[in-house]
Amino acid sequence: MKIAIASGKGGTGKSTVAANLAYVLSRSRDVVLVDCDVEEPNLHLFFPAAAVDVPVTTPVPAIDPARCTFCGECGKFCRFGALSVLKDSVLVFPELCHSCGGCVLVCPQGAVREVPRTVGRVACSRPLPRLTLVSGVLNEGEVQAPAVIRAAKMLGEGHPLAVYDAAPGIACPVIETLEGSDACVLVTESTPFGLHDLSLAAEVVEKLGIPAGVVINRSDGEDAPTVAFCREHDLPVLMTIPFSREIAAVQNRGGLICRDLPGWEERFAGLVRKVSP
Amino acid sequence: MIVCITARAAGTDAPVEERFGRAPYFVFVDTETGASESVQNPLVDAAGGVGPRAVQMLSEHGATVLVTGQVGGNAGKALEAGGIKAYAYRGSGSVADALAGYTAGTLTPLSLS
Repeated sequence: MKIAIASGKGGTGKSTVAANLAYVLSRSRDVVLVDCDVEEPNLHLFFPAAAVDVPVTTPVPAIDPARCTFCGECGKFCRFGALSVLKDSVLVFPELCHSCGGCVLVCPQGAVREVPRTVGRVACSRPLPRLTLVSGVLNEGEVQAPAVIRAAKMLGEGHPLAVYDAAPGIACPVIETLEGSDACVLVTESTPFGLHDLSLAAEVVEKLGIPAGVVINRSDGEDAPTVAFCREHDLPVLMTIPFSREIAAVQNRGGLICRDLPGWEERFAGLVRKVSP
Repeated sequence: MIVCITARAAGTDAPVEERFGRAPYFVFVDTETGASESVQNPLVDAAGGVGPRAVQMLSEHGATVLVTGQVGGNAGKALEAGGIKAYAYRGSGSVADALAGYTAGTLTPLSLS
């Protein structure tokens, strides 16, 4: 089973929920936790351990000057500006390339081939006997987050149980993470912004046909609008985490509330039962 | 020689646009004949990579000089490789004013790298 943790709004507590959920799961079975927030992975902060790095490459064009006639077809085709065909030269901007392969197909001379380019890495570690952590890390300045997410998910394949921690928002990286997930936990907070972005994320999981539930984090007790939204959209409220300095303190030192605070292991076990019965 | 000036509208009376890749119009002026051609920029709302693609348009129109406000890093590389010289015009005048500045030699070259 694959469980994705997403949110819409950033900073609602996706990683907190993912880390604690994975910890509780790993108490009784093997689990892989995949950090799909590749622009700012942070799960290793909860689970420090020595990691093995695997580079992630994507194909980018290379031009054979002996065959190129500067006809300009590749440059006209590329909608990302990765190829500029000038009078007597072709410039490749690999960092703008989205690796669609179109330039290879449209070149009438067969002058374009693809070469690998490193855009990030996947760090694999085993912080606990039954927990494997796979963190996708996109290199700074790169745009191809989905390629690194795909690689991270692929390295997590084969485990019977996977928890995917998604990036905030609802753009390509989140879609890539949700793809193939069996269930989704949407983490929100009791603010108007949290509810607004929850509604966007709920729409996405509904379109993708993934059953979802909601965790309300940092609850100040005034969750009526969020609860009403969840009722209207048939989203069960799986858990409510109160706004608490004690929880924040554990979180801030990289701790796990289910391990470090009494009563929370049982609560997260309750979340596990609701998500993966 | 063909000079390209970035503009907010068509024609040589149009105000100069300081952005390069997302300029609404490119006005190409043939300095020998005085003839001008205004080309609407299809890249105005493109997601990214507009600089090199705009340079490619300039190259297709035979321009060897660009007058604009500022260019980005990728556009700069493409201009350099394409042998197109770029000059800065940051006044509030028209395309004709910018062209006059270029022909009078009062515009400063833009550093491309």
